[in-house]
Amino acid sequence: MTAPAASGPPPTSVPVATSARAGSRRARGWGGAGRGQREGRWALAFLSPWVIGFVVFTAGPMVASLVLSFTDYDLVNSPRLVGTQNYRDLVSDPRLLTSMRNTVIYTVLHVPLAMLLALGLALVLNRLARGQGFFRTLVYLPVMTPPVAIGAMFLLLLNGRSGLVNEVLSWVGITGPAWTTDPAWIKPGLVLMSLWTIGGTAVIYLAALKDVPVQLHEAATLDGANAWQRFRNVTLPMISGTIYFTLIVNTIASLQTFSEVYTMYFGNAATASSSGDAALMYAVYLFQQAFQFLHMGYASAMAWLLFLIILLITVVQVRVARRRVYYEGG
Amino acid sequence: MATSVGGSAGATAPAVPVHRNPPSRPGMSQRQHQLLTRGLWSLSILGACLLLLYPFVWLVSASLKPRSQVFDNSLVPNPFAPENYVTVWKAAPLVTWMVNSVVVGLVAAIAVTVSSAVVAFGFAYFRFRWRGPMFALVLGTMMLPGAVTMVPTYLIWDRLGLASTQVPLWAGNLFGSAFYIFLLRQFFLTLPRDLFEAALIDGASYPRLFRSIALPLAKPALVIVFVFELRASWTDLVKPLIYLRDPALYTIPRGLKAVIDQFGKGGESQWEIVLAASVLTTLPMIVLFFLGQRHFVEGIATTGRGGA
Repeated sequence: MTAPAASGPPPTSVPVATSARAGSRRARGWGGAGRGQREGRWALAFLSPWVIGFVVFTAGPMVASLVLSFTDYDLVNSPRLVGTQNYRDLVSDPRLLTSMRNTVIYTVLHVPLAMLLALGLALVLNRLARGQGFFRTLVYLPVMTPPVAIGAMFLLLLNGRSGLVNEVLSWVGITGPAWTTDPAWIKPGLVLMSLWTIGGTAVIYLAALKDVPVQLHEAATLDGANAWQRFRNVTLPMISGTIYFTLIVNTIASLQTFSEVYTMYFGNAATASSSGDAALMYAVYLFQQAFQFLHMGYASAMAWLLFLIILLITVVQVRVARRRVYYEGG
Repeated sequence: MATSVGGSAGATAPAVPVHRNPPSRPGMSQRQHQLLTRGLWSLSILGACLLLLYPFVWLVSASLKPRSQVFDNSLVPNPFAPENYVTVWKAAPLVTWMVNSVVVGLVAAIAVTVSSAVVAFGFAYFRFRWRGPMFALVLGTMMLPGAVTMVPTYLIWDRLGLASTQVPLWAGNLFGSAFYIFLLRQFFLTLPRDLFEAALIDGASYPRLFRSIALPLAKPALVIVFVFELRASWTDLVKPLIYLRDPALYTIPRGLKAVIDQFGKGGESQWEIVLAASVLTTLPMIVLFFLGQRHFVEGIATTGRGGA
């Protein structure tokens, strides 16, 4: 399509052209520039599914969502322009502020804890002389569980009166809190639940640990470095790229947490009232606004606010990482 | 306990090459020190696995207990109540939901595998002016929260009269998905370019390069994409919540949510039914995992490397 070499043959002479230009193509190899219109057209053909999907399901909806965020729309009556009203409402909506606070608390607790425990797990797995594949499989297994099933299961495990978690705590003399009903303990309970699926991150770390060259460790040992010094000065810098990647991905995912929380505390009148708003996450509130209250305009404004927050946090993380992350060969 | 576990792990030590011996500590022979360390490592991994696996054991066990004993936390159900599974079978159209999930999952997984492979090949093989920025755009869409496009996408399907069908659950997959495009492109780039050049000289067309050379060679990567999407589709709650109204069209997570709402918290408190349904929802994923575990672990590992 956008080939710089203008000498491309007309489409009718295709078979001849293919063999005639084959020689020069060889010389250019992987890194060659464009090769005429025919190839350009095929490139576009191969990319077309994504281009169409991007226009119809990403770019189009983004524009539509931005426009909707300045309207009042309930699916029944046609959208009515209200200017910045939705955005001004965001600031004074107490439930929005609650949902934001809940989400931030959850993220601040979940992300560092999950990363730390996953790293610990990966380090232990990496030290195993045998059975590593087997244990890696076991550790990853919880990640396969559907979020709805996780939610159902942990409603019972975290039950204040007779749940397994509190029973185990009672063995060491601790009277566990009412994880699922006490507003002060609902979020710590959710964090506890989220730690059950750290296997995904642990497997990523394990792969990164395996890529750390053994020679570096040997050299450090010869220089008299102890285990902690080797970890701090060899392992950590070598896997810092991966740690940084999981930090960004886990943060973005955590800010959008929905399924388990919705399963446990929302969905029918009784569950919604019993937990108050202690479990109201941002994504849950957005879903309620859009598909229960049918405030499509307000929900769109909420979505854009979330997008901006995620963008901001990611930019900050990238800035910080630029100074602290070591990239091999770069 | 600690010493016995450590001892048994230590006994296997001589067979395994160990890293260079650390400098010995005072008051402890080198061998003792080594045994202790190995024991501690083995113990911590066993502890972690116990913590991670016990909820599964608990779930299966509790799903086989009568209602009054769901909460007794004992390992072995006594009395044994397998009739919970019969009850849930009668109370909810589980078979219908499972069939729905299987159909939607297969269509979604096949669609996204094929379309992502086509696009990934386009990015890996062809050289064109806007390739770099375009690929950056593909990756950039991964950052976009689903919430931003959620409402307008619903409106599109609503306008098309398909908002209460299963079509929105898979139709978006016909256009490729950023993460899978990235994964497959990385794989295509590892194939030697000479292979394609030779076929071109022999007169093969580009679609043929893709179908007869790239696709068969990319099979391992295609399997990764397929099993990942099958899992994603099987476990997704958001789209079914938005789109499905008729319980006859529910996928299994949406159905399980309905079961929880009816029999669980705020409902009739028949937790044994909820738990039996949870086991049935999870079981296919466990089977899928053991069939394709190598691919899951490989795919996940690739994710991290892509970011590094």
